[in-house]
Amino acid sequence: MRVYHFTEQPYYPAWDNHKGSLRINLPSSVCDPKIAGDLFHRYYDEWMLADDLGFDIMLNEHHQTSTCMSSTVVVGLSILARITKRARLLVLGYPLGHRPDPLRCAEELATIDVISRGRLDMGFVKGVPYEFPASNQNPVGVMDRFWEAHDFIVKAMSSHDEPFNWEGEHFHYRQVNVWPRPVQQPHPPVWSTTGNRNQARLLGEKGITMATLGSGYATRPLQDAYRAGYFAKRGVAAGAEHFAYLALVAVADNEAEARRRGDILASYFRSSAIVHVPFRNPPGFLASQDYARMLRGQSPPRTYTKDGRAVDMYKGDVQDLMDAGVLFCGTPDQVYDQITAFCEYCGGMGNLLMMGHAGALSHEDTVDNLTLFSKEVLPRLKAFKQPVAEATAA
Amino acid sequence: MSVTTDPIPSIAVNGMSLEVIDRGAGRPILFLHPGIGLDPQSPVLEQLARGGRVLAPFHPGFGSTPAPKSITTVSDISYLYLDLMEAYDLRDTLVVGVGLGAWIAAEIAIKSTERISSLVLANAIGIKVGDRETRDIPDIWAITAQQFDELAYFDPNVAKRDYKALPEGVAFAAARAREANARYCWSPYMHNPKLKNWLHRIRIPTLCLWGTADRIVSESYARAFCAAIPGAQFETIERAGHFPHVEQPEEFARRTLAFGSPKAEAAQRTA
Repeated sequence: MRVYHFTEQPYYPAWDNHKGSLRINLPSSVCDPKIAGDLFHRYYDEWMLADDLGFDIMLNEHHQTSTCMSSTVVVGLSILARITKRARLLVLGYPLGHRPDPLRCAEELATIDVISRGRLDMGFVKGVPYEFPASNQNPVGVMDRFWEAHDFIVKAMSSHDEPFNWEGEHFHYRQVNVWPRPVQQPHPPVWSTTGNRNQARLLGEKGITMATLGSGYATRPLQDAYRAGYFAKRGVAAGAEHFAYLALVAVADNEAEARRRGDILASYFRSSAIVHVPFRNPPGFLASQDYARMLRGQSPPRTYTKDGRAVDMYKGDVQDLMDAGVLFCGTPDQVYDQITAFCEYCGGMGNLLMMGHAGALSHEDTVDNLTLFSKEVLPRLKAFKQPVAEATAA
Repeated sequence: MSVTTDPIPSIAVNGMSLEVIDRGAGRPILFLHPGIGLDPQSPVLEQLARGGRVLAPFHPGFGSTPAPKSITTVSDISYLYLDLMEAYDLRDTLVVGVGLGAWIAAEIAIKSTERISSLVLANAIGIKVGDRETRDIPDIWAITAQQFDELAYFDPNVAKRDYKALPEGVAFAAARAREANARYCWSPYMHNPKLKNWLHRIRIPTLCLWGTADRIVSESYARAFCAAIPGAQFETIERAGHFPHVEQPEEFARRTLAFGSPKAEAAQRTA
């Protein structure tokens, strides 16, 4: 198993000073650029440590928000491409449907792949609801635009003989010829995220690595949809390396300390719900059937425990989040057991996206969390033999 | 809100299926609904049908027919409705639009008025009036549904819906209308930057109505729209906001039919 260390690079000092919204409309006057700089330096230091300790690295991007200062992930990727030595650099995600210029995306990502000596993983995502007011991208039809941008970038990175032409529905280019070309051929691996079975099946058909974020015990049906799509196109089963799962991880020498850290990490979920209400559901983001159910007060809970109890991730305590499989928390032995049990439940899950820092977890706590995990858990996970799910019939 | 379960008849136009409410008989009246969609039981349809045959299409993506990928702009809808008028072979049509529907009507009329004798545009959106840092129309996707109703209606209670108590189809229609409205109005926000330059091409009798409680579009915006159409008349409707056809259906239909009667049109042409 690979384990990626991830933080959203939050500006958590603002979390106590908002008027009901941490995203989109929280004035930047509450951001002190000196503190922001200190935090960036700290987060990069922790990623350099993660690189030394044997982790891989995950970065992301959000906009106009104190929950994530990384508003342009190519900056973080570019810095880490040069200052880290061995870790893979996963961007998850890069909100592709919001980009006006996928040629620029292809050039930036190819350059990062070259500077990192071929360590880039490209996670392309639709983006959370709050991205739309920031980018002004129309939520209606965004996935059409997403797939055209995806197809264009893949072609731009893997075409080397002569410039090509592109006159699509959304993007127009003449003489496309990306310099430098990426190290990884034909292009760096493509990842994506979903919480939807139809989309999961489509990702399986395309062979795009699928990550689910905090999906807990709602993960298996998504992975099985992926397996079905993958098998239908190839006649072979999708291996565990095609699946990734994001969870909070708090490990410590004793259970009480681990739970203290877990509670601080849980602020990731608690803060993510603090958004001006109209920005939570832009028009067309949900399918009309799903929005109609919401109007009728019938929205299903997103997260369950293994025995089917619904958990509110925004309000749940440490035990709730552990029961839901969105927080792995405890001593190294306990955390190892929780993670491998989750892999068994999934039928194989080869990439743990470990939120080893979130919210106000201190630098010292983060360093200890990562160091202990790398010594006591990571070697065992690397040796762990993944279960093999039956290839689901198409 | 009353609810019908009767299916709406469909007509094929340019390879597309359009749902069109068809009421009454006589001179054609093409009614173009606003961004909140169209209630088939809306009293205004009966009121307008006193003056002729009302044809009220659901714009693509509203109603129950999905919008085809090829229809993404108000201009696309205007061409579709030119085809629709041809399919029905409409002559001397009175075209009536509210809000988004008025924008569509204007986009039709700048292209061709061959089949249209007069135009009623109520609380029209569709043009840019202020400078680049002044939003002409409040961002309806940055406010709550309740705040929208307070801006849009003289009496916000008119808009209240208990979706839990209503048939599933009502919530579904509202959900589809919200998405379809964004398809056409998200960006450029609620307008076509080029439309104002072409409104001078509308040379048929035009009445611009404005509900005086409308805070989605202001009176100065409504007057600017009217001023861009040569000879257009401006009138207001009291005790109504952005949707005067909902809040004052009788008065709305009375003004519309009085303006659009063949006799009035003849007088307007000679004036």
